Amino acid sequence: MTLLRFVAILIVWFVTPIGAVNAAELRGTGDLGVIIERADGSVCIIATTRHEKLSCVGGFGDLSHASAVFSRDERYAYIFGRDGGLTKLDLLERKIAKRILQAGNSIGGAISDDGTLVAVSNYKPGGIKVFDSESLDLVADIPAIYGSDGARSKTVGLVDAPGRRFVFTLYDAGEIWMADFSKSGNPVISKLGKTGSQPYDALITGDGRHYIAGLFGEDGLAHVDLWNAKPHTERILENYGKGEQKLPVYKMPHLEGWALAGGQFILPGVGHHELLAVDAKTFKQTGSVKVHGQPVFAVSRPDGRQVWVNFAHPLNDTIQVVDIPTLKIIHEFKPGPAALHMEFAPRGHEVWLSVRDSNEVQIYDTRTFEKRATISIRKPSGIFFSARAHRLGL
Amino acid sequence: MKLHLPFWLSCALALAVSCAALAARAEGVADARQNELNYLVRQDCGSCHGMTLKGGLGKPLIPATFDGVEPEAIAEVILDGISGTPMPPWRGLLSEADALWIAENLKAGTIK
Repeated sequence: MTLLRFVAILIVWFVTPIGAVNAAELRGTGDLGVIIERADGSVCIIATTRHEKLSCVGGFGDLSHASAVFSRDERYAYIFGRDGGLTKLDLLERKIAKRILQAGNSIGGAISDDGTLVAVSNYKPGGIKVFDSESLDLVADIPAIYGSDGARSKTVGLVDAPGRRFVFTLYDAGEIWMADFSKSGNPVISKLGKTGSQPYDALITGDGRHYIAGLFGEDGLAHVDLWNAKPHTERILENYGKGEQKLPVYKMPHLEGWALAGGQFILPGVGHHELLAVDAKTFKQTGSVKVHGQPVFAVSRPDGRQVWVNFAHPLNDTIQVVDIPTLKIIHEFKPGPAALHMEFAPRGHEVWLSVRDSNEVQIYDTRTFEKRATISIRKPSGIFFSARAHRLGL
Repeated sequence: MKLHLPFWLSCALALAVSCAALAARAEGVADARQNELNYLVRQDCGSCHGMTLKGGLGKPLIPATFDGVEPEAIAEVILDGISGTPMPPWRGLLSEADALWIAENLKAGTIK
């Protein structure tokens, strides 16, 4: 080794900080995603094209129920934990940029259409809190006070709506509220009406027009048309499941991902082991599909041709795939116990699937249904790709 | 190879085994099943009550919640659910001994 070469090595050694990302690793963030390791309170950063686990970062607190949204530039993920933690993860530096504990018990969040506000839905104390997406400084605290005695409701189904607005549902009060941040100063809060008993989650369609809350306590769903000059809550599918004995529900369904598929909504029944097909214009039921158990997620492939369904305990080892034009189950397989969450590649050619009890994420081709890869992740739950940054309501 | 034990040692061993069996019956639930139940409480009850059992859509399952409530009453809620709420009946998935074991351990705060 020449002296010159030795000196060069020494310089590189001392100048490059340990673990730093060097120029050879320059990368875009549009291909990245995060996977929640629910038992460890850590989050793994993945590169989706190459099915690669880049790094797992700890220190997120209680992630037993967790979700994520992304900054507009897809550099940061905002992780919402069960313990009220809101953590901003830098996907490039692979470290926590900022973390706050903003409540005692939380269920999820949303980011505004302009990317400047992050809102969190809280169970305790019930309400939503809104933060600056850069600094995580508090912008607004909106307690969900209802009734005459000042009680606070748990909030669920918090989504972003176009025009710097957030829509959310009060579980205990059975009401839908909207917080409008389009003007400077305090947000304008409007109450959009009663939902019915125990609204447990809600969704907004990808066009930002329809907000739909699922009800646990009674039949039917609550719907708000946000294109209406005066948005208000209406009941839809009131006769759904009438007179039928409800089956026990061992895990609440999630409404996110119940996308519009081929001109109809495909919704999981609650206490009924079936999916409902609902006409997207008239909101009348057009059909149903009997499935393996209580559906938890019924997620549409981005092209809307297929819906993939997973199930509540004790049938959570199975996935079924429904063909939308025919409403027939075209594929069923058992990835293993506790298949908890699915995320499609942005254009739907692959789906990533968390299998909690085998500590792995499995990746499938959505046309051939062949398994393409397996990545080891400890107790995986939610999978979120950065492409969500550019989709409404995710 | 055959193992020849003295008569007294065989008796002592047999006694020890039967004592262990009795202890297990008193506990009602075998060790392997206890592991499964711990896991079920954290992961599946945890869907609504939080994996740390500090609450979610459902109430916290911490000892303070069960102050003054008999384990039998808790076991009944586990087995039959609470009508009009999302708490489902677990009968069919859990035996009465399972439910009682969960109830006692929730009350004592000893779910692992």
